[in-house]
Amino acid sequence: MPAKTFHMKDSDILDITGQWVSEGRRLALATVIETWGSSPRPAGSHLVVDSAGHFEGSVSGGCVESAVISAALEVMQSGRGRILEFGVSNELAWEVGLACGGRIQVYVEPIETTPCVGGDQRN
Amino acid sequence: MQESILSELNQARSNRQAVVLVTNLGMGQQKLLVGDSAPGTDPRPDPLRDHARQVLETNTCLRVRLDEQDLFIQPFNPPLRMLIIGAVHITQYLTDFSRLCGFEVFVIDPRRAFASRDRFPDSELIDAWPDQAMTRLPPDARTAVVTLSHDPKLDDPALCRALNSPAFYVGALGSRKTARARNQRLLESGFSAAQIVRIHGPAGLDIGAESPAEIAVSILAEAINRLHKPEHE
Repeated sequence: MPAKTFHMKDSDILDITGQWVSEGRRLALATVIETWGSSPRPAGSHLVVDSAGHFEGSVSGGCVESAVISAALEVMQSGRGRILEFGVSNELAWEVGLACGGRIQVYVEPIETTPCVGGDQRN
Repeated sequence: MQESILSELNQARSNRQAVVLVTNLGMGQQKLLVGDSAPGTDPRPDPLRDHARQVLETNTCLRVRLDEQDLFIQPFNPPLRMLIIGAVHITQYLTDFSRLCGFEVFVIDPRRAFASRDRFPDSELIDAWPDQAMTRLPPDARTAVVTLSHDPKLDDPALCRALNSPAFYVGALGSRKTARARNQRLLESGFSAAQIVRIHGPAGLDIGAESPAEIAVSILAEAINRLHKPEHE
């Protein structure tokens, strides 16, 4: 009996990203690339955002998601990825910081749907 | 990320192929490396391939500077697997909870009245004897094996297969008395005491679980504990 293809329901952000791409939505993908101290989500955690601000996934326990979503909307406009850093540094910690005392870096990149442009840029 | 990379990545994952995504954080370029390409075919040192191999082994991301480039290296291993022997009441909960935690779940029970589609609408059911089923699905280091049938005819062959595999968790339901009798049978069939201690029996963390759903939580919690803290006995 062949194993049926299994997708991890809603928790699988890259499948959701693929599905949203096929629906023609403009997207940006956020990925935790580094963590220091106590941070709620490990490196490699994803959050995907569309141009209307809908999102799935997480890069923290909810502490910095709004800031990441704002950055994602800018990244969709500019078409260039950027690195964001969050941590407890000042009295604004509760607004866009990690209340748990950790520090994280998040890479936010556009999903580029460019089927007609020649050349493979991967290598 | 290019749409083509995303679809290649998702394709590899649905084929259970281990792949590594390398992102150049400065330039934004990305490429996919296939995990199981034969090692040692090229004698030239290839630090990127070494890093890729390492992240797959540890299932942990890595950020490195290589040739003045800021790289993020992310592994995508095939999903964890859980083989459950015995399509019993606890299994109906353990399948659902395990799937939510990212396991690909297989229920093995030759008794079709137990392993029925009605009772397990969303699970991969294998109505074969455990040794046949586990020949087809040999447990690897990312597989947990849990025996729940209470029937030595089913549980014992599965435990034998599991002990001869690198499965990261082996759990067996049953009282302490049942566990002692089972361990005795395994000793007599040639397993060493050092091998038998790999079996967690009675399976599950001691959280005072009573209902089938609570017992499923305790077993899943113990399997997750083995996965992330294998050094803690």
